[in-house]
Amino acid sequence: MKRVLIPVITVVAAIMAFWYAACVPMNIKFALMTAERQGEVVSPEGMMTRRDMSAFVLAARNPGQWDDTWVQAKPRLPAPHQVVAELWSSTMEVNPTSKRSLVFHGWITLSATLLGFAIGAGLGIVLAVGIVHSRAMDMSVMPWAIASQTIPILAIAPMIIVVLNSVGLQGLVPKAVISAYLSFFPVVVGMVKGLRSPSPMDLDLVKTWSATRAQSFWKLRLPASAPYLFASLKIGVASSLVGTIVGELPSGTGQGLGFRLLSGSYYGQTVQIWSALFATAILAACLVAVIGAVERGVLKRMGLG
Amino acid sequence: MTQLPVIEAKHLDLTFQTNDGPVQALKDVNLQISKGDFVSFIGPSGCGKTTFLRCIAALEDPTGGSLTVNGMSPEEARKARAYGYVFQAAGLYPWRTIAGNIRLPLEIMGYSRAEQAEKVEKVLDLVDLAGFGRKYPWQLSGGMQQRASIARALAFDADILLMDEPFGALDEIVRDHLNEELLKLWARTEKTIGFVTHSIPEAVYLSTRIVVMSPRPGRITDVIESPLPKERPLDIRDSPDFLEIAHRVREGLRAGHAYD
Repeated sequence: MKRVLIPVITVVAAIMAFWYAACVPMNIKFALMTAERQGEVVSPEGMMTRRDMSAFVLAARNPGQWDDTWVQAKPRLPAPHQVVAELWSSTMEVNPTSKRSLVFHGWITLSATLLGFAIGAGLGIVLAVGIVHSRAMDMSVMPWAIASQTIPILAIAPMIIVVLNSVGLQGLVPKAVISAYLSFFPVVVGMVKGLRSPSPMDLDLVKTWSATRAQSFWKLRLPASAPYLFASLKIGVASSLVGTIVGELPSGTGQGLGFRLLSGSYYGQTVQIWSALFATAILAACLVAVIGAVERGVLKRMGLG
Repeated sequence: MTQLPVIEAKHLDLTFQTNDGPVQALKDVNLQISKGDFVSFIGPSGCGKTTFLRCIAALEDPTGGSLTVNGMSPEEARKARAYGYVFQAAGLYPWRTIAGNIRLPLEIMGYSRAEQAEKVEKVLDLVDLAGFGRKYPWQLSGGMQQRASIARALAFDADILLMDEPFGALDEIVRDHLNEELLKLWARTEKTIGFVTHSIPEAVYLSTRIVVMSPRPGRITDVIESPLPKERPLDIRDSPDFLEIAHRVREGLRAGHAYD
């Protein structure tokens, strides 16, 4: 345990140190302006003089103002403790059903992500099965699947929202569709690879038993694909979350972590943006961890763990 | 022997169409294998020994001549569960236990659960793996895995056992042991065995008949009837009879290469 803990703590400490250090040049100009207004002596004096100066030079010339770069209400780069405090207050100190609560927004995002992931993973598996069993599908579907991923999701997300809205679908479903759009692809690729993983010898062997296509699918291809499937599900679930967040930006529903990011940027609430970012990252980590746990359980039961 | 041959090839030809043009893998192969024979196919790589075995198993389609297995076409024989096939690699599914792997063909062929359990027990015993049914393949040595794969091929009571260099990937000591075991198993079950190898001692030690093949195009150059008794201890390999057959096999292999 100790051998793991020390490197982990070291890395976290290094990131924190870098982050706090980065806050100084990022926020120094505002800190100097505030200090000067309150009558303190800063170097050099006068906002106009400082305007075009390097942030690093200003930071070096005013070590006395460093403290103020870590406590601003609307900093360019909030300090870690500010983000943590915002995360805490917006999850623990407000009613989880309130629109100020990250739990509320997180749930909105999570529900669309889960629905989108279910659609995406299901679609991915079905397409993969088709691709492996039909040469026509292999030739026709795969190029489109690849092409679909070369389109920037930011460009296509608003279209999906608009099109689905015009047929009366709004809220959860359009976001889930965008989320599925991103998450089906890694599942298709991984699953095709997995279903094709049995060697020619394995396939010859089931042939000598006169196995039907269905039998060799259920008894050979499908179990052989399990490790590949889980690897791609992990990527897929993370893509799902990204898809949902992107879908929340233009959807204008005023809910979800994506909206939180957007509204934070409207009002210059950088602390809010960063805490929403972290909430997203934590959510993604939890989703990947859940899949990892299912993976370990399933592979262990299969004797592959 | 007066009975009908179990496997009969007449003027068998097989030409593969490759990007570099047609390759004649088998040319005018004539062979009869009788019930209870242990026939080894020996020859350098590319001589068509594996291809011939695959033709018998209906894994390749001959382009000329005729081939019958138990009087049927290879395809029909496969549907009638005429043979079990053992590959060079054990090819056990890592997600199934040893018993689960042996059960696999039985599941596919639709045996009842009770029959499956009974047959699995029987063949595990036959290959000396009783008690290992619950282990996973990775928990077994290479030799044991190959034995399990032989058990799998025997599980559904096929009369013919086709083996494609089954011990090729094993070390010599394990190979000797498995050869001995295979002979005992053959004596007990009276199967007809087709055995591909590139080891002369292995072929001579195991077989009642040795088919010597040569490449480009793949053809039979010699068929040697072994005078060795059915009962063969490992030290028979030092007997004059054994050495004489081995010599003849070597001569046959050399003759096939004469034009090189």
